[in-house]
Amino acid sequence: MNTIPEQNFLTAEKGLKSWLTTLDHKRIGILYLISITFFFFVGGLFALMIRLELMFPQDEFFIKLDDFNQVFTLHGVIMIFLVIIPSVPAVLGNFVLPLQLGAKDVAFPRLNLASWYLYMFGASFALFSIFTGGVDTGWTFYAPYSTTIDRSVISMTMAVFIIGFSSIFTGLNFIVTIHKLRAPGMTWFRMPLFAWSIYATGILQVVATPVIGITVVLLVLERLLGIGIFDPTMGGDPVLFQHFFWFYSHPAVYIMILPGMGIISETITAMAHKNIFGYKAIAYSSLGIAFTSFLVWGHHMFVSGQSEFAAMVFSFLTFFVAIPSAIKVFNWIATLYKGSISLDTPMLYTFSFLILFTIGGLTGLFLGTLSVNVTLSDTYFVVAHFHYVMMGGSIIAFLAGLHYWWPKIWGRMYNEKLAKIACGMVFVGFNVTFISQFLLGLKGMPRRYATFTSEFAQLNGFSSWGAFLLGAGLLLTAIYLIHAVYKGKPAGNNPWGALTLEWTTSSPPPHNNFEKSPTAHYGPYDFDKIVVESTLDD
Amino acid sequence: MSEHSTPHVLPLRVYLGIGAILLIFTIITVIAAQIDLGFLNIVIALAIATTKALLVAFFFMHLYYDNKLLFLIFASSIFFLTVLISLTMFDTLRRGDIYEIRDINIEQDAIIYDESSSVGADTSGTNH
Amino acid sequence: MEASYSDRPKHLAHHFAESKQQYDSAKLGMWLFLLTEVLLFGGLFLAYSVFRAWYPETFVNANKELNVILGGLNTIVLITSSVTMALAIRSIQLDRKEATLKYLFVTLLFAFTFLVIKYFEYSHKFHEGQLPGKFYTFEGIDGTNPHIFFSVYFMMTGLHGLHILGGIGVITWMMIRVRKNEFSSQYYTPLELTGLYWHLVDMIWIYLFPMLYLIR
Repeated sequence: MNTIPEQNFLTAEKGLKSWLTTLDHKRIGILYLISITFFFFVGGLFALMIRLELMFPQDEFFIKLDDFNQVFTLHGVIMIFLVIIPSVPAVLGNFVLPLQLGAKDVAFPRLNLASWYLYMFGASFALFSIFTGGVDTGWTFYAPYSTTIDRSVISMTMAVFIIGFSSIFTGLNFIVTIHKLRAPGMTWFRMPLFAWSIYATGILQVVATPVIGITVVLLVLERLLGIGIFDPTMGGDPVLFQHFFWFYSHPAVYIMILPGMGIISETITAMAHKNIFGYKAIAYSSLGIAFTSFLVWGHHMFVSGQSEFAAMVFSFLTFFVAIPSAIKVFNWIATLYKGSISLDTPMLYTFSFLILFTIGGLTGLFLGTLSVNVTLSDTYFVVAHFHYVMMGGSIIAFLAGLHYWWPKIWGRMYNEKLAKIACGMVFVGFNVTFISQFLLGLKGMPRRYATFTSEFAQLNGFSSWGAFLLGAGLLLTAIYLIHAVYKGKPAGNNPWGALTLEWTTSSPPPHNNFEKSPTAHYGPYDFDKIVVESTLDD
Repeated sequence: MSEHSTPHVLPLRVYLGIGAILLIFTIITVIAAQIDLGFLNIVIALAIATTKALLVAFFFMHLYYDNKLLFLIFASSIFFLTVLISLTMFDTLRRGDIYEIRDINIEQDAIIYDESSSVGADTSGTNH
Repeated sequence: MEASYSDRPKHLAHHFAESKQQYDSAKLGMWLFLLTEVLLFGGLFLAYSVFRAWYPETFVNANKELNVILGGLNTIVLITSSVTMALAIRSIQLDRKEATLKYLFVTLLFAFTFLVIKYFEYSHKFHEGQLPGKFYTFEGIDGTNPHIFFSVYFMMTGLHGLHILGGIGVITWMMIRVRKNEFSSQYYTPLELTGLYWHLVDMIWIYLFPMLYLIR
């Protein structure tokens, strides 16, 4: 029978103050988890409001036409800047990375806590903006609309600026941690692939995020002082804003998906009990994705009026991103071959990820093609595509990671039966929601419209019902995960029989992570050399 | 156990010498700017600035003596900045150029661009 | 590898095995931060490049309104302050605390000098109405959209000036810590990181000066 160790990081100190002043990377991860989950549900509520409005063709079925623009903007801003970008690195990266490396903490614990406070500070700006006029620009804040409307654009963009710095510091911290704090024996090529993906993500965070910082500063100055560099009537260039914006926001797509890909490398090996196929190919493809992502931002601007020659180059370069992404998918599939696969919840989410991400990635190739893009841009096809990548990729991978590491974080197991039901609801709900939107887009329904003609009614209705199912699945997930924290049955140190270092310490881990400093004697996935039994009771 | 068991102390003359070179370059760049050399002016100004920046990085910031990883980070910041500026300017400098090419190369031969036919009218309508 | 607890120097945090690891981590982190600074300014370099290429005449004519003497003087001030900053670190490497304090103080003086000169430049521009964007009222520059040049000028020098201000704060803090005897040749990492920051601010000005004051 498993028990919870009396001395662990959760019991090391007591009281709210000990949490708010903690320098322990595990506790900071949990602080992020709580705040991000809160905003995930706020963003989710906005999504359901959109789907309610679009359930039937009549105008103002649920919200006023004016408010509709605000609702989809807030859904986008909250989900992207407050949820998906920090989700995997800040929650699971914080909790798991030092454990996987055999380190006692991240390189700069105080900076780590400061990142969380910056995140909360930025989030409060976002909330302030919502209550003082909101924004209806779309999450992209395109000039000149964003520089001329009478709404609280400034506080929302300052939120983006501040959260950007939180993201920079997190990435910087992790890069240094990976360089300098690996345990003895933990060579670069003995690192778990999750650490590789966090490393690649860190590069993106550090290089790309300052550019969104200066972008929103320029936007604020444009509003306050009319500096004119985005204003065509003053000789400025609104398309320049889009260059600025997408130089960050395209790499940001990979800030969202790369850590998710790292999680999949972990769960797929642990659940198939098999060494990863093509370790180096997966590791290097993370860096390849990170590098290529800086060269393709113009594919968001094919219809913006940018030079056709630039569009051709950007379209051409875009296809190169497909190569490292495909390398990863093929290697994961090859890993499954002749594996001894357990169909636990993390594995079900992993399969969901493989299916959804492949669909999202392949439809990206349609959109990267110049001629097809002109037809499909600003339709629901685009909306469905990026939801397949961000929700079907990042969030599903995040859920896979949460289910995989939940017994490590709390020492307790969730109800597997409920988890599998919820996973099914999420998968079915998600596909119903967004396959309908692919079809809507192909039929020509434009995005960001509060109303539509009756020919789109049936598919929109489908989409809305799918969204409600998806929402119910996520709510169920939250309920049984929280229940497990208090009432779950103890899971033991290694419920999945995995080999990475975080499973060698107790669950929950002690304050200093390991009783004695670990040494990496073997690779992270050497299942052919070492046999570890699952510590789950049944 | 000291953090700098053997701190790398450069001789005083290195710092003063580099400082003197930087000041001399500053004067050279001001003088060079007073002479009209056309396109060369900006090349010279940026070349001198880059030399000065590298001197600061290599000696004042010790990159010359430090771990090569730090130099790689510094170099990659310049690399990504170059990507940002060059790809963006590839757009801003060539905007609208497509119309010139169409006039020269396509319109004369290709029937689809014939303004009188309905197909041609549609095409030009979306392009302009 | 791990030293027993009593051997550990005071500055060594619990999660590092030895001082060298901590020092290398701090330095790596600082260089990554400098990378973010380069890209932060990079956005403004991009704006400069785009508009300079679009309105070359305006930029050449508008640039004549800037004072090369004051700009050059500021360049000299900043370069000299970089030298004194480097010497401050050299002094602490040799355990000469008094000299460190002296050099830091001189660096601080140069930083203030820079800001004072900048103040005179700015107030002259304000007086002439050579202001950014819609506040631009000056009528002596040939070329289209001269206000764009001043938008770019004020954003670049303004952001740089903010970094000088930040530097002043950090250098003051470092002086306090030197006075409290927190640094020695055994441990001076924060001082070295401050130096790296200050040199980067200098380096950015090395580019701003020819780009803004010397174009023709």
